[in-house]
Amino acid sequence: MNHSQSSEKFLRDKQRTGWHDASLWFVREKRDAVAKAVPEWETLRTLASEIKQQVLSDLDQYLISFEKNAQKNGVHVHWARDGKTHNEIVFNILQKHHARSLVKSKSMLTEECGLNEFLLANDIEVIDTDLGERIVQLAEEPPSHIVMPAIHKKKAEIGELFHQTIGTEKGNSDPAYLTEAARQHLREKFLRAEAALTGVNFAIAETGGVVVCTNEGNADMGVHLAPLQIHSMGIEKILPRAEHLGIFLRLLARSATGQLLTTYTSHYHRPKPGGEMHIIIVDNGRSEQLGQEKFRQSLCCIRCGACMNTCPVYRRSGGHSYGSVIPGPIGSILTPGMPIGGHPDLPFASTLCGSCNDVCPVKIDIHQQLYHWRQHSEIRQAAAPGKKRLMQFAAWLFSHPQAYRLAGKTARLFLRMLPRKAIYHRWNHWGLSRELPVAPRESFREWYDKNEGKK
Amino acid sequence: MKVALFVPCYIDQFYPQVAIATLQLLRKLEITVDFPREQTCCGQPIANAGYEHYTAATVRNFCESFSGYDYIVGPSGSCVFHVKHHFHGEANKAGIEQIQKNIYELSEFLTDVLKVEKIDAQFPEKVGLHQSCHGLRGLRLGNSSEQVVAQYSKTRRLLEMVEGLQLVDLDRPDECCGFGGTFAVSQAAMSTRIGEDRIADHQRNGAAVITATDMSCLMHLDGLLRRQKSNIRVMHFAEILNGATS
Amino acid sequence: MSRAEILKSIGKHKPPRRSLPEIPVFDTPNPDLLQQFRQVSEGIEGTVIRISGRVEISKAIHEKFSDVQQIAVSRSSFFPKALELKNFNDPHQLADVDVAILTGQFGVAENGAIWLRETDLVHRAAPFICQHLVIVLHEKQLVANMHQAYQRIQIDDNGYGVFIAGPSKTADIEQSLIIGAHGARSLTVLLSEEEC
Repeated sequence: MNHSQSSEKFLRDKQRTGWHDASLWFVREKRDAVAKAVPEWETLRTLASEIKQQVLSDLDQYLISFEKNAQKNGVHVHWARDGKTHNEIVFNILQKHHARSLVKSKSMLTEECGLNEFLLANDIEVIDTDLGERIVQLAEEPPSHIVMPAIHKKKAEIGELFHQTIGTEKGNSDPAYLTEAARQHLREKFLRAEAALTGVNFAIAETGGVVVCTNEGNADMGVHLAPLQIHSMGIEKILPRAEHLGIFLRLLARSATGQLLTTYTSHYHRPKPGGEMHIIIVDNGRSEQLGQEKFRQSLCCIRCGACMNTCPVYRRSGGHSYGSVIPGPIGSILTPGMPIGGHPDLPFASTLCGSCNDVCPVKIDIHQQLYHWRQHSEIRQAAAPGKKRLMQFAAWLFSHPQAYRLAGKTARLFLRMLPRKAIYHRWNHWGLSRELPVAPRESFREWYDKNEGKK
Repeated sequence: MKVALFVPCYIDQFYPQVAIATLQLLRKLEITVDFPREQTCCGQPIANAGYEHYTAATVRNFCESFSGYDYIVGPSGSCVFHVKHHFHGEANKAGIEQIQKNIYELSEFLTDVLKVEKIDAQFPEKVGLHQSCHGLRGLRLGNSSEQVVAQYSKTRRLLEMVEGLQLVDLDRPDECCGFGGTFAVSQAAMSTRIGEDRIADHQRNGAAVITATDMSCLMHLDGLLRRQKSNIRVMHFAEILNGATS
Repeated sequence: MSRAEILKSIGKHKPPRRSLPEIPVFDTPNPDLLQQFRQVSEGIEGTVIRISGRVEISKAIHEKFSDVQQIAVSRSSFFPKALELKNFNDPHQLADVDVAILTGQFGVAENGAIWLRETDLVHRAAPFICQHLVIVLHEKQLVANMHQAYQRIQIDDNGYGVFIAGPSKTADIEQSLIIGAHGARSLTVLLSEEEC
């Protein structure tokens, strides 16, 4: 199913669509309020964008010094060219420690690599510990949002899911009750976890450490209780120095959830006493994307999700409609460049309203990239194979003024003369819900010629 | 000052009154306006569909039509945005750059070039301003609600000069209408829903007329309004500034 | 093998080298850091209690937590008869701690965050696994924003360091804000007039 079809399906439930739209707009409004309380907001965005672009321009050197500094700290550093390699590295580390269970905190990268499926197939118990992630894991669904994975679910559905999976009382869908139940359920998992894996928000080249932000405290519960800790990061997560965190942390939580800062901002540099710490640096198509001038800026993304919350299409179609690991506007420009590719229709799943550009804390030109992806021959072909001839014809028409005038006159005449049934039929997608404009007898040009005289 | 009127194709064919209003408005402001007759379309629908490479001849026709003018003025933020930001080509680089420098959306031209401080028009109605995205975020006709900058809107300022006109405040000041060019057809259900939500906002806040810098947004909203048999009407802002009676 | 491949690919694809921007000094619009810190802390569901010094810690704890069983402290002087964190061999043993009392290095007025290093925590898990967290903070130790915060610290001087802003929370179920997800259910900041 392409995005158009799956969003149409989503839209059939009008009330739910309205509810989903309002939930995300609420987050967008919270973001506006806290962003507007920072007078230097736009300066911070510019700085963040410049820092990220500078990092990309020297990325190999930064990664080398990050690795060196991390190793000095006693951290094991691994490199994975793709998702499969990443998963095997994780599995090997677990095997070496005879670990049969892994608690995870949120990591879109591991979603991208398909880590959970891989480990489960190898008899490792994998527990997602972020509440939203746990909900979608129990529901056997992918996250529908990168910050709020279960935003598409109503509390009654979560109540029923928890009743069936972790034994909460039937019919109870009070969020406080359900959260407490998840706390108890996961606390038990944390206490007996043999290994913990987290994503990475920022990796500091100068110090060789990683920074992870959570509100729930699940990353820390996992990492500090399990003897073995693993952090998976994409190559683009690098920041040169600690001072740069000041800029990015001021932007991240405000943009993501409208908070001033996440509850916990954890800086991991060395293994805990008696523990072991691993960092896996993953490429998986990123270095290729780096070579595409028009698209490399997408690698600046800090995964705040603000573009999803602001997108008029995302809000009304839900994250699953995109079918990609990362949904929404940023997903629509990242996905076509990924090794697994697919989803050629995503650059078209946008009205090109540009709100994503203005909300993005690192000023990624999402709108322009959507436009550029549309120009990609395979993308436009696969997205709408039938359009080619029509566009060829339109291009011819618009470069032949006389033919254009004649075509316009004819079209208007048809619109005026034809019976309604001949115009409003099921193939007229415009007319399914909308009236066509009333065709005037005279075009502006005809009016002008008549009233102003031919020149 | 040599000024050319750029009339986007769909305005030419379906909304001649908008082009007439633009022409008359500029003349009232004592501007001599030419209408280059060989103009057709800027090519945006083709390019946004991914076939920009087919538009070379369309771009050439556009540049030929509009070369030699000091200013090119069009009543559409979206088409002007396309010309300004998407036209490119090695063959006629200098010509394209000149056009891109000289082209203005109407409210931009009135504000930045003519520095209009007074509009002689009356429109005693409650009006909802739909801030068309490409004009707003592409041409920066105003600040978007995402930006943390001083508030301004060139279009709004002009409308405020119209006697009796009462602008209504919207719950979402600059959400997209859902038109999106071919998106309106390729994702008809989504386009419709976004549009219906937009209309509901205007309705909730008491707008009798919805106006915008872009007739394309209004064509979409008007299509929905007429299907709903709503009393709300749409009107391009040039018509209002030109003294249209409600 | 991956390493060489990745670095080679980056080397081939990276854009021309740019330079890092200068970061300007961002002054705080609100010079009353104490007031701002208190206000923001309460806004993020934290509790702030002013105390004169160490002598008032136990009184504040008694008032706030009347019926707790287990209190663990990083410094024995914080609370009489409390368990000392250093006496726990394994962080898993902290699972039954009701209240942990730790010292914070400094607070950030713009967001209510408090910086704690591994040495302040004794066990890294301490502020997360306890049911309720109390942080003793000297009221003179406040900075305006995150830029100043990072100027003040060396993030790798300890193996682990954390900014804590409020109690553990989640809004993953229909955007309802629920306090007490996996970490501490409450955060109490004892803002002390003198250094404790």
